[in-house]
Amino acid sequence: MLGKKMARHGLAIVATVLLGGLLSATLVRLAPGFDADEAQLDPHLNSESVQALRHQRLEQHNIFRFYFHSLRRAAHGDLGTSLSLGQPVSRLLRERAPLTLRLVGMGLLVSWTVAMALALSAAWLRVSAYDALTTVISGTFLCIPAAVLALLSVLWNVPGALAVALIVFPRVYRYAHNLLAKAYCLPHIITARAKGLSELRILFWHVVPIAGPQLLALAGVSVSIALGAAIPVEALCGLAGVGQLAWQAALARDLPLLTNLTILVTLVTLLANSSADVIGHMLRGEEA
Amino acid sequence: MTNLQGRSARMRTMGRKAIAVSMVCLGLLVGSVLAQGELRLCLRSEPKTFDPLKVEDDASVTIRYLTGGVLLRVNRQTQALEPELAQSWKVSKDGKQITFKLRSGILFSDGTPFSAEDVAHTVQQLMDPALHSPTGDAFRSGPGNVETKIISSTQISITFPTAVAGLDRQFDQVAMLSAHSPQKEMAVLGPFMVADYKAGSTVQLKRNPNYWKTDAQGRKLPYLGSIRLDIQANRDVEMLRFKRGEIDLVNSLDSDYFDKLAATSPQLVHDAGPSLDSEQMWFNQVAKAPLPEYKKNWFRSAIFRRAISQAINREDLSRVVFRGHAQAALGPVSPANKFWFNSKLKAQAYTPDAALKALEGDGFRLENGTLKDKEGNAVVFSIVTNAGNKYRERMATMIQEDLQKIGVHVNVVTLDFPSLIERMTQTFDYEAILLGLTNTGLDPNEQMNVWLSSSENHQWNPQEKSPETAWEAEIDRLMRAQASSADAKKRKESFDRVQEIALEQAPFIYLVNRNALSAVAATVQGAIPVILAPQTYWNVERLSVK
Amino acid sequence: MKLWPTNFWRSSACAVLLLVVGLSLAANWLAPAGYAKQYRDATDASPSPQHWLGTDEIGRDRFARVLYGTRISLLLAPAAALLTTLMAALVGGLGGYLGGAWARGAMAVTDLFLSLPWLFLLITVRAMMPLNVSPLASVLVTFLMLGLLGWTSAARVLCSTAGSLRESDFVRQARASGIRGGRLFWIHVLPNLKPVLYAQFWISIPVFILSEANLGILGLGVAEPMPSWGSLLKELEGLVSVGEEPWKFVPLILLVVVVTAFQLVLSKQAEVAA
Repeated sequence: MLGKKMARHGLAIVATVLLGGLLSATLVRLAPGFDADEAQLDPHLNSESVQALRHQRLEQHNIFRFYFHSLRRAAHGDLGTSLSLGQPVSRLLRERAPLTLRLVGMGLLVSWTVAMALALSAAWLRVSAYDALTTVISGTFLCIPAAVLALLSVLWNVPGALAVALIVFPRVYRYAHNLLAKAYCLPHIITARAKGLSELRILFWHVVPIAGPQLLALAGVSVSIALGAAIPVEALCGLAGVGQLAWQAALARDLPLLTNLTILVTLVTLLANSSADVIGHMLRGEEA
Repeated sequence: MTNLQGRSARMRTMGRKAIAVSMVCLGLLVGSVLAQGELRLCLRSEPKTFDPLKVEDDASVTIRYLTGGVLLRVNRQTQALEPELAQSWKVSKDGKQITFKLRSGILFSDGTPFSAEDVAHTVQQLMDPALHSPTGDAFRSGPGNVETKIISSTQISITFPTAVAGLDRQFDQVAMLSAHSPQKEMAVLGPFMVADYKAGSTVQLKRNPNYWKTDAQGRKLPYLGSIRLDIQANRDVEMLRFKRGEIDLVNSLDSDYFDKLAATSPQLVHDAGPSLDSEQMWFNQVAKAPLPEYKKNWFRSAIFRRAISQAINREDLSRVVFRGHAQAALGPVSPANKFWFNSKLKAQAYTPDAALKALEGDGFRLENGTLKDKEGNAVVFSIVTNAGNKYRERMATMIQEDLQKIGVHVNVVTLDFPSLIERMTQTFDYEAILLGLTNTGLDPNEQMNVWLSSSENHQWNPQEKSPETAWEAEIDRLMRAQASSADAKKRKESFDRVQEIALEQAPFIYLVNRNALSAVAATVQGAIPVILAPQTYWNVERLSVK
Repeated sequence: MKLWPTNFWRSSACAVLLLVVGLSLAANWLAPAGYAKQYRDATDASPSPQHWLGTDEIGRDRFARVLYGTRISLLLAPAAALLTTLMAALVGGLGGYLGGAWARGAMAVTDLFLSLPWLFLLITVRAMMPLNVSPLASVLVTFLMLGLLGWTSAARVLCSTAGSLRESDFVRQARASGIRGGRLFWIHVLPNLKPVLYAQFWISIPVFILSEANLGILGLGVAEPMPSWGSLLKELEGLVSVGEEPWKFVPLILLVVVVTAFQLVLSKQAEVAA
């Protein structure tokens, strides 16, 4: 039974990932500028060379054919070649993924630590002035452009992961704060307090478990937010990660690279969110 | 000679020998100390290729310059053509043939000997019709094959099917490939060679131990031991790193940063004067463009274009946008290009009243602050430029205000570059575009594909089957005439006339020529910033770092 | 629910918001020269009696641009945030409430939305708009697109929350009492989703303001010379010099103040609702 459910879940993930790849390829293909190459503006190039540049993407014009051939090659381990960088996509991803994983991983760790510390303390203390202070702190970081945070990390020579953390933490904090505050208003919490339970026990034994499944869902989503934050941080800090690659690929309309990147991001997002769902269901005592 | 005298003579001889040996050792020591410095600068994008024949992008051009050995080199300071791997050369009177006498005893970085065979191999690769590179296309003046004749191991002649204007100077861009080396394009003849490449991060170059050049004292060049090229697209970060001492050069400095750096460290910044580059705008004159007919009529009127040009305050653009580090442009050639610039051209003055008068003469009228054509259509158009270039965005906004004064309403639109290129070259769905032209060389033949009406890069109306106006036909004739002539005086006459027609007809409204601004750290010795690229490290083999 | 605030923080927050709105509406009197006039002899000027916040790189009065920019950002960003919150409630909340295949389908759609490169849709939208579209139309379309695309983060959390609520005691009791369908969702489930909805709304405001400026790279967002907070905040990217020009931080401070005020108002609403 469990095996059947897991197989169904796995198939759903695979289908979603493949659909994501196809939709991404379609979006890129239909966007203006697909056949445009900056190189064709070089006045040294003659007519034939300009035409050759324009036609180098002819085989990608039929998106279904392109996608089908890409999947067939991917089945043999060949993810295609990046048009803008002239290198195999598999090599590019292999070289760059570890840096992004470290950046995003550290960023999430720091952001969740700070966000939960502030949210838990705000929920525990329930003091207006402290609430206002944490709101101002998180609000300030929410209002600073990601590019500025990235540049600040270069200016102050701190790791890019800190910039990612500062981009993600206000979002996590606000959701976590509201969920915990909501949980505090439930009748059984009032009863627990009336019965003389300590605030710390109430917080960790009664409030946090209530908000747990939602916090887990938030954890899954925060992975996507962190991946998005990695793009400007890597691009501006000169970090050779997947985020920087994604930005270069988008500017160059690099279809093979963008399709594979989307598949990778979709897979990571689905795995993160599915894991959160499964754990959430387990906490609620339901079948996943 | 007595024993005492003989011993003294021996002592003197030994002393002289000891001094000579010490001098040699000292020279070697100094040479080796000098050869240990690392120069650090930034590339603004990822290099697309290390094959010097396929180079298209700026980052790859930089690597080619630093690693490639060329037969002839344009001295970026004097702008004169100098021998490099070729110790002499001769161009035939008809401009179709060039014969090189090569230096002997030269080795590639991997020890493979360099000879005429390598030159022949390089030229054959370059002229492969499937190559489609700017370097190769610059030599393709007409149909037919290129013939190479190896006269000896150090002599070769190359014959082109038709005359190539400025044939010898074109070889400044052709880095020699080895015909025999197993390392293929990674075996180089330049002062440096690629040692390591971390995608997205750095390109590390190290000294080529077999580089052939020595300095006047006989020391082997280059003085530097290595060059580190960091891939950094963001100019703010590049500036930060320069200020922190993490990089030694900023080859092309923004005017904003120039003034700020000059205020604290004036000795680090250099303004070499107007560069060869220009910023310009043009109107869409393509007949099949998806624009209303009345707008096409405006854009095709030389009176309209000239009036718009007159209504733009170029002095303000130079002063405000470029902080005075630019000057009003007159035409396709910058005054920095001393030989080819037509000094008889008169600067376009800012005269909005005259502009309005000229437009009124063409049937336009000003009604309640809005300019209308003879059919009553309000003169409204958009200027498109590429997003992310703050100077062009500012220029477009200032032009918007300038033209508002004569009742013309301009919408400023910034687009990502691929979308802009598509509109410009394929859909022709635009009204006016503001972009820049980067001139890497001095010869007007480099702009051939801009001025020929049949060309892809004839930006205001590309690929005309036949010239649609008399002045475009005249420009076609003049450009072909200068391309097929070997007489510099005749070529200048033709191209001077092209510049005059360009000013009269204003297919491009030239705005400014930016100055060549750069920053060099105090630790770098031997740098002489110039206007020709690469501005700060053109003499890289003679640079050293303290 | 009381109409008038009695709490100090909430009162202060309301007063601040009213002040900011009032100042922006009075821009015509406070900055009569307007946001577009270029004082070309006083570019990048420091604050002075003529230009209270100095001028920008082409000589436009920064104070005027902050005031006029407030109108655009303060009106449209909350509207887009409201749209995105409603969409999150629709997809996530409703999906979680209905459960089963509906919830799974809603979450699959959400995950796809989270992963796709929407940049290309935005580029396509810009291509479909005429080049001479008015600056106001351009910014309206921008915020509309942001509202339609920005709901995914909250949808997941809402789905999880609604799923928990579906099996809660009070909902079961309501169902047992005969309340079904839309009424059950509207009266019993949706109010309990407010903490997440308020969080989504609050986060979306500054995120959309900043995103609008970033979308300028695609030709969307406000067109020159119209200002917005986002375009003013982009000045901060010239970090090398901004440290010596602290008046450039005023738009950031203003945004933080407004966003904090929104949160204080919203948090008190949430407390009252609970």
